[in-house]
Amino acid sequence: MTAAVLFENVSRHFGPVKAVDAVDLEVAAGEFFAMLGPSGSGKTTCLRLMAGFEQPTHGHIEIFGETAEGVPPYRRSVNTVFQDYALFPHLSILDNVAYGLMVKGVGKEERRKAAEDALAMVKLPGYGTRKPGQLSGGQRQRVALARALVNKPKVLLLDEPLGALDLKLREQMQEELKSLQKSLGITFVFVTHDQGEALSMADRIAVFNDGRIQQLGTPEDIYKRPQTRFVADFVGSSNVLSSATCAKLGIPSAAASLRPEAITIGTSWAEQLSLPGKVTARSFLGAVNRVSVDCNGEKIIVTSPAAMPVPDIGADVQLAFSRNDLHLMEEA
Amino acid sequence: MRSDRSTSAPLGLKIAAIGGLAFLHIPILLIFLYAFTTEEKSYQFPPPGLTLQWFAVTWNRPDVWEALTLSVKVATIATAIALVLGTFCAAAVSQTRFFGRETISLLVILPIALPGIITGIALRSAFSMADIPFSFWTIVLGHATFCIVVVYNNAVARFRRVSGSLIEASMDLGADGFQTFRHVILPNIGTALLAGGMLAFALSFDEVIVTTFTGGQQSTLPIWMLEELIRPRQRPVTNVVAMVVMLVTFLPILAAYYLTRDGDQIAGAGK
Ligand SMILES: Nc1ncnc2c1ncn2[C@@H]1O[C@H](COP(=O)(O)OP(=O)(O)OP(=O)(O)O)[C@@H](O)[C@H]1O
Ligand SMILES: [Mg+2]
Repeated sequence: MTAAVLFENVSRHFGPVKAVDAVDLEVAAGEFFAMLGPSGSGKTTCLRLMAGFEQPTHGHIEIFGETAEGVPPYRRSVNTVFQDYALFPHLSILDNVAYGLMVKGVGKEERRKAAEDALAMVKLPGYGTRKPGQLSGGQRQRVALARALVNKPKVLLLDEPLGALDLKLREQMQEELKSLQKSLGITFVFVTHDQGEALSMADRIAVFNDGRIQQLGTPEDIYKRPQTRFVADFVGSSNVLSSATCAKLGIPSAAASLRPEAITIGTSWAEQLSLPGKVTARSFLGAVNRVSVDCNGEKIIVTSPAAMPVPDIGADVQLAFSRNDLHLMEEA
Repeated sequence: MRSDRSTSAPLGLKIAAIGGLAFLHIPILLIFLYAFTTEEKSYQFPPPGLTLQWFAVTWNRPDVWEALTLSVKVATIATAIALVLGTFCAAAVSQTRFFGRETISLLVILPIALPGIITGIALRSAFSMADIPFSFWTIVLGHATFCIVVVYNNAVARFRRVSGSLIEASMDLGADGFQTFRHVILPNIGTALLAGGMLAFALSFDEVIVTTFTGGQQSTLPIWMLEELIRPRQRPVTNVVAMVVMLVTFLPILAAYYLTRDGDQIAGAGK
């Protein structure tokens, strides 16, 4: 099956800035694909390469098997939900949604009906006569979604579409987006810098840093088996053990990641590994306690269920964890 | 107009304000008054009698018609040129980033900052160096220089409001460059262009200095009036024409003011 989006060694440089650098990726048709990374890591630039607003400096891009280089945005079967929504302020909501059909020459009655259906799909029926200025942020976001989806794109690109919404609305929209994607079967490429959002919504995630993909895999892969220190740190703040600590545990490795919730404080069982340390800080986070332990100069974070007793600051403790939770990494 | 204080102004200020307004507007009223006088050789006050005959006389003077047609033609074509070029300049300066963008912006505005006499001399020497005979078209070109600035200034302010992402959104939804211009850019800058065009028309219609330098034998309406004042013949005809010029230039400026009132100022209205 042909990939929805294929990047072969794609780079986009702006002078000395390597916004996107030698990226290989393949988005499968019908997939919910997330691009996750910190600010300035090249996510938007990648999305713009897919939409056609940027041309690659090197490399090759295909969209459903067709070469994309040199194809202008208006000839790609790809639509974008922009971060600032970019609704046309002079048009009514209905005309905004119908815009794509209008420029394609679809008849007035037909496009009005399609636009109304799309508005109903995003739960904004009857809002057609308003102007974008008369809607709330969340409503505008839905209009932007309807405006893109009404064109029945093969790939929908979303650039941090939930960034401007408050937490509650964001969680609601996450669920709605996900179920919309499932029911429509359209390929979604979703940009976010929120790892929770990426983990909960995506089928696969590409983690970006400095214009490069650090790791590409399922949310579980990325979360449990980070391949680099950056991924371990950025996606859910894993501990990264240095080679010295690994050696002390009898494991020869450049580095290894260890999730904070995989560690227990107290005596270890027979098959478990253990490390001695001193508690330096602790804080109550509601469902869990977060404890910082200093193990021979290396800071290790442990989260333990709130029901468990927490040692005092300065106490000497043993950290215990299973060998299976320790993931070896090639680079330090 | 700037003061927000609602207390009534002192008497002295009121008198000064009335005096200032009188100083500005009484000469204009006098022009209107003498369009109706029965005395055609000199302006004596008060006018010996009032008549409407000069409107008929003006109507039947072919030289007035000639000058009027020329002025209308020049203003129309200069405005049309300015609308096209001014819009392009504004689009280039506000939509793209390129080396020397600020300089270009300054260069476009320069002709309106320069005294008209400099623009006139510069154009005149350019035309004679290029061996272009002075004609209708040289006048049009001369007027286009300052008309472009007016259109540009009005358009550029609006262009900034059409954010780049709107244009990208339009392209993303399948509109090519032309469709994007028609459905997204034009509706957003339309009133600004209309206002700019009207101002340009008004400016061109009563322009004297640049016209003297770039014109050949033809005289536009303002030039014709100047000549009339020197060689008096049926003097009140000039006053009738002056009233017409006032209306033709004042109405567009007023309209432009109301069109652009929401948001941005009428740039370059002061020339
Ligand atoms: N047109 C441009 N000209 C020059 N540099 C650019 C341009 N566009 C992006 N960059 C640079 O490329 C890098 C990546 O930018 P990009 O917008 O892709 O980041 P991002 O991952 O989307 O970040 P954010 O989460 O803040 O949106 C940044 O360093 C940025 O400054
Ligand atoms: Mg971005």
